[in-house]
Amino acid sequence: MQTQLSINGESHELEADSRTTLLDALRNHLGLTGSKKGCDHGQCGACTVLINGRRINSCLTLACMHDGDDITTIEGIGSPGALSPLQDAFVRHDGYQCGYCTPGQICSATAMLQEVQAGWPSHVSTSLEDDVSLSNEEIGERMAGNLCRCAAYPNIVAAIREVAGAGEDA
Amino acid sequence: MTRTMTMDRPDERRRLDDMSQGLVGRPLDRPDGPLKVSGTATYAHEWNVPNAAYGVLVRAPFSNGRLRRIDSAATEALDGVVGVFTGEKFLRNPAQGGADEAPVQGTETVQYLGQPVALVVADTFEQARHGAQNLAMEWTAENGVFDPEAQAADAEEQEDETVDQGDLDGAMRAAAFTVDEVYRTPCHNSAAMEPHCSIAEWDGEDLLLRGSYQMLNYNVNELADSLGIDAARVRMLSPYVGGGFGSKLGIAPEAVAAALAAKQLQRPVVVALSRQQVFDMTMRRSETRQHIRLACDADGILTGLGHEGLVSNLPEEEFAEPITQSTHFLYGGANRKLGIDLVRLNRTCAGSVRAPGEAVGMPALENAMDELAEKLGMDPVELRKRNLPDKHPEEDIPFSSRKYTEAMDEGARRFGWSERNMKPGQLREGDWLIGHGMAGASRVNILSKAEARVTMGSDDDGVFATVETDMTDIGTGTYAILSQIAGEMLGLPMERVRTQLGDSEFPKGPGSGGSWGASSSGSAVYLACEEMRAEICQRLSCEEADLTLKDGDAIAGNRKTSLAELIGGGGQISAVGRIEPGKTMKESAQSSYGAYFCEVAVDRVTGETRVRRMTGVFGAGRILNEKTATSQCYGGMSWGIGMALTEELVHDLRDGHIVNRDLAEYHIPVNLDVPQLDVVLLDERDDWACPLQSKGIGELGLCGAAASVINAIYNATGVRVRDYPATLDKLLDGLPD
Ligand code: FES
Ligand code: FES
Repeated sequence: MQTQLSINGESHELEADSRTTLLDALRNHLGLTGSKKGCDHGQCGACTVLINGRRINSCLTLACMHDGDDITTIEGIGSPGALSPLQDAFVRHDGYQCGYCTPGQICSATAMLQEVQAGWPSHVSTSLEDDVSLSNEEIGERMAGNLCRCAAYPNIVAAIREVAGAGEDA
Repeated sequence: MTRTMTMDRPDERRRLDDMSQGLVGRPLDRPDGPLKVSGTATYAHEWNVPNAAYGVLVRAPFSNGRLRRIDSAATEALDGVVGVFTGEKFLRNPAQGGADEAPVQGTETVQYLGQPVALVVADTFEQARHGAQNLAMEWTAENGVFDPEAQAADAEEQEDETVDQGDLDGAMRAAAFTVDEVYRTPCHNSAAMEPHCSIAEWDGEDLLLRGSYQMLNYNVNELADSLGIDAARVRMLSPYVGGGFGSKLGIAPEAVAAALAAKQLQRPVVVALSRQQVFDMTMRRSETRQHIRLACDADGILTGLGHEGLVSNLPEEEFAEPITQSTHFLYGGANRKLGIDLVRLNRTCAGSVRAPGEAVGMPALENAMDELAEKLGMDPVELRKRNLPDKHPEEDIPFSSRKYTEAMDEGARRFGWSERNMKPGQLREGDWLIGHGMAGASRVNILSKAEARVTMGSDDDGVFATVETDMTDIGTGTYAILSQIAGEMLGLPMERVRTQLGDSEFPKGPGSGGSWGASSSGSAVYLACEEMRAEICQRLSCEEADLTLKDGDAIAGNRKTSLAELIGGGGQISAVGRIEPGKTMKESAQSSYGAYFCEVAVDRVTGETRVRRMTGVFGAGRILNEKTATSQCYGGMSWGIGMALTEELVHDLRDGHIVNRDLAEYHIPVNLDVPQLDVVLLDERDDWACPLQSKGIGELGLCGAAASVINAIYNATGVRVRDYPATLDKLLDGLPD
């Protein structure tokens, strides 16, 4: 079937099986292989992309459900010569090792910081109403859906802290 | 030009220390970083291969028996399906690391539930998956064996591993204090984030396989042998690997299946394992049962040490998890009994998972040492220090550099070990019981044969160098460190060195495994550069000792010549370096060492454990890149946290199927499970190890880490967990009120 996908500001006509997930549409049909497949079951976060600004596991949603949606993938966040502040911080802090979970981590963190700005509480927040202070625990909880088997977690947290201007953890 | 060095004697020249560029050791960013963070590094599935068909593997739905028939007619009739493949060349088991030949093959015999038995290929992934889900089979099942301890009576003794020295039983009877306990660890899976994947493409009789593999040098031969073709006809590409941890050491079923299908269809075929298939058909770490006996005198000096284990594997497999590997030399004790028994089970193939041996062997030993220290009323650091042997306690050879004491002292100081509460269950913060524990780290050091080519040329921006080897970077930092070594030796800044990896047509290295990659391939690069320096000396008519290379210039005496000029436009200097292991491996006991200190909080009501802080101090010879080496240690320590608290691959004892074959049920640590770890790398040179004086570090961070968590849980609660992992149910009954 035909779907019109708007990805990183560009419009794409997708002609694909209705069973095609958004992740497989990106990777197998559109050549956007920056989004990774770690589990295909919503269990690892490697496939995280932004849809209308919110993070989503692209393996858990069908491409045909996103006709007209505004999709941002890692390719839209920055490129080797023009990295986003988060991408740059991941490089300097060694916030990865094999790099396979990394696009998902960065997409996820990009949206996560906006969620914090918007004042969304998390499971570990001490208050549902006050501003969120970005402790290591808050970052850890909010990034817990992005698995990293290389376990670059300490460096991922450090990279996110730096970009959020959060200083040292209290 | 080729320069070969066989490591027959310690290399005390420490030439890297004389160089001037200042790259080796520094915490430099990875050159591959910008590609990885922008999603433009090419992993196995991500090559643009036109007209590729998609293949999905089908697993055996029974544990033992014979596959009589695959009824492919209905599947072949489905929309888009272009073929169904099976047969005697399919891999039954994945190849063991370094096998260098085909593993066990053939789909007719089935020995474990989840074994790959067929491949369905279609125009699209969705069509292939649908076909695979609906493939009809007929089989005759037989009874299987699934429970290792029930089979213990039939176990095969691994004679190479056996040590029976003195009289351990007598030492136990005569001892002032003893520990005599059994520890158990469950199966683990590497669970690299990138599932195995291969794209096979034929050009006539020549096969190009783009895959996710750790050791191309061996993988090419394993693949060719599996297909029954000449290895010269196979080329493999693996420039980026999304984690390996042992699971991608040997050729795996998807590669062979893709190659067979692509040949017949005359069309490229891509086969990726699903996450569930990764659990079903790639290596598991064997479960272990470990009987540890320690005997000591009143001063805590060991008089006896026993470490005997039971592990499992499939019939026809030789690999037996080498749990006693570091126990052979770490501590003294004249009366010793070490051994490993192997039972045959119908469970997924057992093989190398990160740090085979020490990953599970060290925690058991280090738990037992903690128990002994408790009985003695002695600081566990002190107990360990008192039992460091002067030479290998089973062989008459010296230790090479050993920073074990320094690691414990530095860790204790940083962690504030002396301030800890020593009486279990006495430290509380609200509902949290707080505890502290420590453990030692040891991982044997191995050097492997390796070759690399380095070429210097010049372009408009001046002189540059290229490093080429079939070595891989599985997240370990190979791109960074090989560039650093070449830049250091040739006097070039980092951005003027380009390292190219993961192409089987490049000079051969041992691949990424056993923590030997950096030292082995790094030594090969170093030797190639030494040869190139000799050439430069000749052109400048100077002695090596008088030559300084820095920032693209050669300085000899009071003369400065630009290397670009020396090479000349269009010219180049190139050399191959080759390192071979030699007598130093047998004439010294070589290992990397370290120590962990851990603080946990255990919920008094629920038994939930959180690791609150953890320090790891490591001595692994010369550190080649402080940043990537630290990351490796973070990774290892996090694996230790997972092993201590959550990781357990569960087999159903009725039919052997893996119950938790996905990432929702097999619990690897997530971000919130790992605190900001504190890692220190000690300054060390090990002249016996290699000309870089470096040792392995990729696995060291894991080799004992879990014990520090478990020992801390004991200190927090008074509950000794000897059956990994320390899930809530194992703590609840024993928690203090
Ligand atoms: S691939 Fe989507 S969550 Fe794992
Ligand atoms: S960097 Fe390898 S899984 Fe995260």
